[in-house]
Amino acid sequence: MNIKENIKTLIIKKPLKLDCGQIIKNFPLAYETYGSLNKNKDNAILVFHALTGDQFVTGINPITNKDGWWTYAVGPNKSIDTNKYFVICANVIGGCMGSFGPNHENPKTKKIYGTDFPVITINDMVNAQVNLLDHFGIEKLFSIVGGSMGGMQVLQFVSNYPDKTKTVVPIACTSSHSAQNIAFNELGRQAITADQNWSDGKYTSQNIVPDKGLAVARMAAHITYLSKKGLQEKFGRKLQERDDLKFGFDADFQIESYLRYQGSVFVDRFDANSYLYITRAMDYFDLVKQFNGNLSNAFKNTKAKFFVISFTSDWLYPTQENKDIVIALNAIGADVGFVEIKSDKGHDSFLLDVPDFLKALKNFLDKSYSE
Amino acid sequence: MKSEYKIIKDIIKENTRVLDVGCDDGTLMELLKKNKNVDIRGIEISKEKVQICIAKGLTVLEGNAELDLKQFPNHSFDYVVLGQTLQAFINPEIVIKELLRVGKKAVITIPNFGHWKVRLNLLTKGTMPVTKNLPNNWYNTPNIHMCTIKDFVKFSEIMDFKIYKSLALMNKNVTNINNHNLFFKNLFAELGIFLIER
Repeated sequence: MNIKENIKTLIIKKPLKLDCGQIIKNFPLAYETYGSLNKNKDNAILVFHALTGDQFVTGINPITNKDGWWTYAVGPNKSIDTNKYFVICANVIGGCMGSFGPNHENPKTKKIYGTDFPVITINDMVNAQVNLLDHFGIEKLFSIVGGSMGGMQVLQFVSNYPDKTKTVVPIACTSSHSAQNIAFNELGRQAITADQNWSDGKYTSQNIVPDKGLAVARMAAHITYLSKKGLQEKFGRKLQERDDLKFGFDADFQIESYLRYQGSVFVDRFDANSYLYITRAMDYFDLVKQFNGNLSNAFKNTKAKFFVISFTSDWLYPTQENKDIVIALNAIGADVGFVEIKSDKGHDSFLLDVPDFLKALKNFLDKSYSE
Repeated sequence: MKSEYKIIKDIIKENTRVLDVGCDDGTLMELLKKNKNVDIRGIEISKEKVQICIAKGLTVLEGNAELDLKQFPNHSFDYVVLGQTLQAFINPEIVIKELLRVGKKAVITIPNFGHWKVRLNLLTKGTMPVTKNLPNNWYNTPNIHMCTIKDFVKFSEIMDFKIYKSLALMNKNVTNINNHNLFFKNLFAELGIFLIER
């Protein structure tokens, strides 16, 4: 991996006060862009990535040499049409694709931060990314779009910067992480920290990787991204390259083999400490509490047009949690549309080839742009 | 243009806030947007219809009027429109109350079950009427609470709301309904159109 060569980085000089109280400055924010910014600078869309995403939204990710994470939705003539729009996406701070994160060196100690890295929040993430607007000289974005944790950033962004976007598209997300969401994240974190190689987060300096723990974290999380029906239809009780059960603990079933594979490929591209930090940021996200129990107040200063999208089989961020956002917006007479897309693909639906979703997203953006 | 939509368009004043409950494919919404410059939202239960509305650039919420009207604050719209769906709700009493809470005024249209063809159909055949406007059988009709124009007028007294305008549609002709002609309008109108207020 030659990370530096392929990663565009903006050094943010302006001090940023994090929610934990620490102030950071001169820190890197890695980003990528697609399409081109027009003369009026009114065609920019800021896309926010989810937990394990990065700035390489579409095309070939130069680091992993695989497709970008949102290739179905973003690209020429796609829902987020890069022939028409200028798409910007940044790696979140706390991440591991070039932005300021726990695998960076602490200038004070000259050692890798590890768990000495400050705990960051969704609010910190968007406050770092808003600097990209100044960098490109963009007064107002055409849209902010994101699914899952990306959706949380969308909500936080419009709350913090109500005049900085014309439209707002939170997808398959929530305004407040539920106990179940926190529980699954905690399971992942415990798997990582229980791996001896984790070494209190100092594994990098010891040239080891807590790959077993990180793989288990990924496996557990991956189950939450799929639906029971989807799993049953894809795998059922099918056996993995064998005719019968082996009466042992190898991967007898295809689903076992699939999850092991998902775990193993994940550790090659993701940092364990980043996983801890980003899941923590998601758990701390509670826009309702931030506005003293009234979510409507988060949006009361914006005139932006909202479009909320959920999926029928998403049990991680179910329709009702997405609808709560819609209800809060309607309570203040905001301009909000909502659709629940029928799909068996679970929470991951927003990343996959789900035609009704891709069509709705495209129509909303293109119609709003021409208004 | 559907005569019903033209009548609704004429009732609604310019530059107002409108909620179209059961907005279907957004035809009426587009018409009002274009001709009356209204700030309009729709609620629609069918996913396919919601997709059509999105493709037209309309702001629509997928939802069920019986469950989803409660999210709107009191009098947050100047008009709430309910086209030919009152009879399809499990609880029209609650829906009417909600419409008049959310909207300062409501425009309600009802297919008239008192029309002579319906009456004749039941009288002569002795089976539940199936007509051009009401094409379903009793066992598969979404219209579970059919009423007549006269019923609706009575309903306004029971539910304590005021009827400001009541129009009858027959053969694309629109006429006023009043106390004197109610008997005839109830016999000959295919559709009743009412502007009501709490």
